[in-house]
Amino acid sequence: MSALHAEWTKLRTIAGPSWLLLGVAALTIGVSVAAVGATRCPAGTQCAVDPTKLSLTGIQIGQAVAAILATATICNEYSTGMIRVTFAAMPRRELVFAAKAILVAGLVLVAGALAVLGSVLAGHLILPGHGFSAARGFHVVSLSYGPTLRAAAGSVLYLALIALLSLGIAAMVRDSAVSVGAVLGVLYVFPILLVFVTDPTWHRRLERWTPTLAGLNIQVTTGVRSLPISPWGGLGVLALWACAALLAGGTVLRLRDA
Amino acid sequence: MTVNATSIPRTGVSTETQAALAGFGWLLRSEWTKFRSVRGWVIGMVVAAMLTVLVGLFAAANSHIGCGNGVQQLSGKACLPYIPYGPGGEVVSDSFNFARQPLTGNGTITVRVVSLTGEHADITNGHGAAAGPGPNLVPGLAAWSKAGIIIKDSLRQGSAYAAMMVTGANGVRMQFNYTGDTPGLPGLVSAANPRWLRLTRSGDTITGYDSVDGTHWTRVGTVTLTGLPATAQVGLFATSPAYTVTSSSFGGDSNNGGPSQATGVFDDVRVSGTAAGGKWADVAVGGGGPVASGPAGGPAAGGPAGSGSAGFTAAGGTYTLTGSGDIAPVTPGPGSGYPTVTIGQSLAGAFIGLIAIIVVAAMFFTAEYRRGLIRTTLTATPRRGAVLAAKAIVAGAVTFVVGLVAGWVAIAVGGTLETNSGQVVLPVPALTEIRVVVGTAAMLAVAAVFAVALGAVLRRSAAAITIAVVTVVLPFLLAALNVFPSGAGDWLLRLTPAAGLAIEQSVPNYPQVTSVINPTIGYYPLSPFAGFAVLCAWAAAALALAGYLLRRRDA
Repeated sequence: MSALHAEWTKLRTIAGPSWLLLGVAALTIGVSVAAVGATRCPAGTQCAVDPTKLSLTGIQIGQAVAAILATATICNEYSTGMIRVTFAAMPRRELVFAAKAILVAGLVLVAGALAVLGSVLAGHLILPGHGFSAARGFHVVSLSYGPTLRAAAGSVLYLALIALLSLGIAAMVRDSAVSVGAVLGVLYVFPILLVFVTDPTWHRRLERWTPTLAGLNIQVTTGVRSLPISPWGGLGVLALWACAALLAGGTVLRLRDA
Repeated sequence: MTVNATSIPRTGVSTETQAALAGFGWLLRSEWTKFRSVRGWVIGMVVAAMLTVLVGLFAAANSHIGCGNGVQQLSGKACLPYIPYGPGGEVVSDSFNFARQPLTGNGTITVRVVSLTGEHADITNGHGAAAGPGPNLVPGLAAWSKAGIIIKDSLRQGSAYAAMMVTGANGVRMQFNYTGDTPGLPGLVSAANPRWLRLTRSGDTITGYDSVDGTHWTRVGTVTLTGLPATAQVGLFATSPAYTVTSSSFGGDSNNGGPSQATGVFDDVRVSGTAAGGKWADVAVGGGGPVASGPAGGPAAGGPAGSGSAGFTAAGGTYTLTGSGDIAPVTPGPGSGYPTVTIGQSLAGAFIGLIAIIVVAAMFFTAEYRRGLIRTTLTATPRRGAVLAAKAIVAGAVTFVVGLVAGWVAIAVGGTLETNSGQVVLPVPALTEIRVVVGTAAMLAVAAVFAVALGAVLRRSAAAITIAVVTVVLPFLLAALNVFPSGAGDWLLRLTPAAGLAIEQSVPNYPQVTSVINPTIGYYPLSPFAGFAVLCAWAAAALALAGYLLRRRDA
């Protein structure tokens, strides 16, 4: 408990984390609004658009900010030497790490919930006027619709899991610049590969087993049966990646000199 | 640095300028020393090169998409028995229904086109070729359905030609040798609004004319077909490219489409220069007959010249000709029906290498702040702008060399891998290939300069790296994955630093081929150098801001 309290004090007394949390919400909502605002389905055309997923587009950028927040909580301590003070005060390093993980996940859940609510609201208000109306067979983006609720709640969890994955990587890498590079690589490399690798077998493998591509299946509400992996299954894959990264990070933290 | 200033002979350049240049040389050298003596940064650049090559090769080796609808896979992974190359060396589609006769020496063909109609696969059920013996066709004309007259070197696919034609949505055109396209009269042809077309051969020169009344003629264009044999093929043709509808959704395109066919009706056909009373013989070049008779959706399955006279009737001076296929360059993407890739496919790894490069470049500046070295640096060189310039030059130059080597290896080896896996790598002129490789290295170098400048502005590596990566990579992803409808996605690739990726485009946007603009297939909304200029503008703006802040702020 005291570890949690100490980490909370460290986090709330510097300006960076609160700005980053604000950034998660603001950038996610901003990009979602842009995506929703730019998409129209003119009368008489068929649009293969998943309104819920479209409304949650901003997660693509929100995840980067959440990842930066997570790496900063570890790497800043290393770059200032604060980590030695922390470990001197709390010799049980796994406790410190667990406290950081809980705090980061909790904060990202709060910011993510705001971000997702804003995005869903944007979709709810804007999309029906752009041709995505119930009369034309599109579902209304609203939390009272089961799949949308699942996508929204899942997206909040997705952000938290991405933050935890980043925390694990940062604990292994320690240097802030290299951590950020590695984390952004993990976030964006697989979608880029998916663009270029068109071989069906590899395409499917990438979609099923890489953290971001598998995890984002949680946002899909149309054509769920043709997904390469079920929405919750995909989020589960991301959770496995996050667990693995946390375990590896925690182990390295214990074994290495600070 | 002014020790030798007095001994420098007078040469027109003032001694102060020379001293400043010598000083800048020393500054460059000291920054280079800083760069090469940090082991992590050298490792970072090596990692960037390896990622660029290995990921590029992985993408190249696993980009086989299988053969198109109805195209048999041959031994190995090859789909096509015969790939036609046009006179310019590019891969071409050359499938059409051709009612022809030989033309020896000079001559003229004149026709009146009274109708152009078409049919395409019914895709409302989401699939192109319906199950069953043939595709389910519904009426509809593709924008580049075409029918008209042609003078062609031979019946070999890919041979030289010049043609006058009416099209579905682009009026009268004169086209030649696959890539040439000149507009003539606008409007869709009909019985009430017919078009007269004329081609005249004089030696190697062919001139096309059009007319609305058969008396007043307008010259559309004159082309020279080098090496046109004395006896060429002249006649009527009709063809229609595969009909493709791209619907986009996050995570990829789904392309629905299928074959289409066009039917042209001609009368008042007059040919001079052929043997008197010459007979029209119909041939489906490259399997370009009507859809029902040819293999559905597959291009060029018939080899150099198919046979048969389906889709051609002549009665009382009126000729009706139905064909499918296209006479045009093959472009990347689903529309062509060919398993084609551009040479840029092998450069996929550059995106990943770019992340490593940005990390190193940003740290090249921010590390000075972290260690307090910046105060020493600025004490040694009080001209802060010069320090920024030296760092940008060193980071850019190192990145350029690394990118050049990695990109060259990726393209050279990747092309072989793609060919071995049955892909058709669209050939481009040597100069274009050099532009793609050198341009990619330059693009990486400018991105590195952008990251150095962001590092100087923000002083924090995490923030600088995030902004650099997100502004270069994310717009590409959002556009490539069709998160936005293509119009909005195009603007992302015009305005953001990601525009610089256009330098990798190797196959031009041919207006006479309907193709999707999508970076996935190597098509960008801006021309290569315009896109590169946008990235340079971003880097220059960031440098200017960095220079300003560096002078104004305490170190």
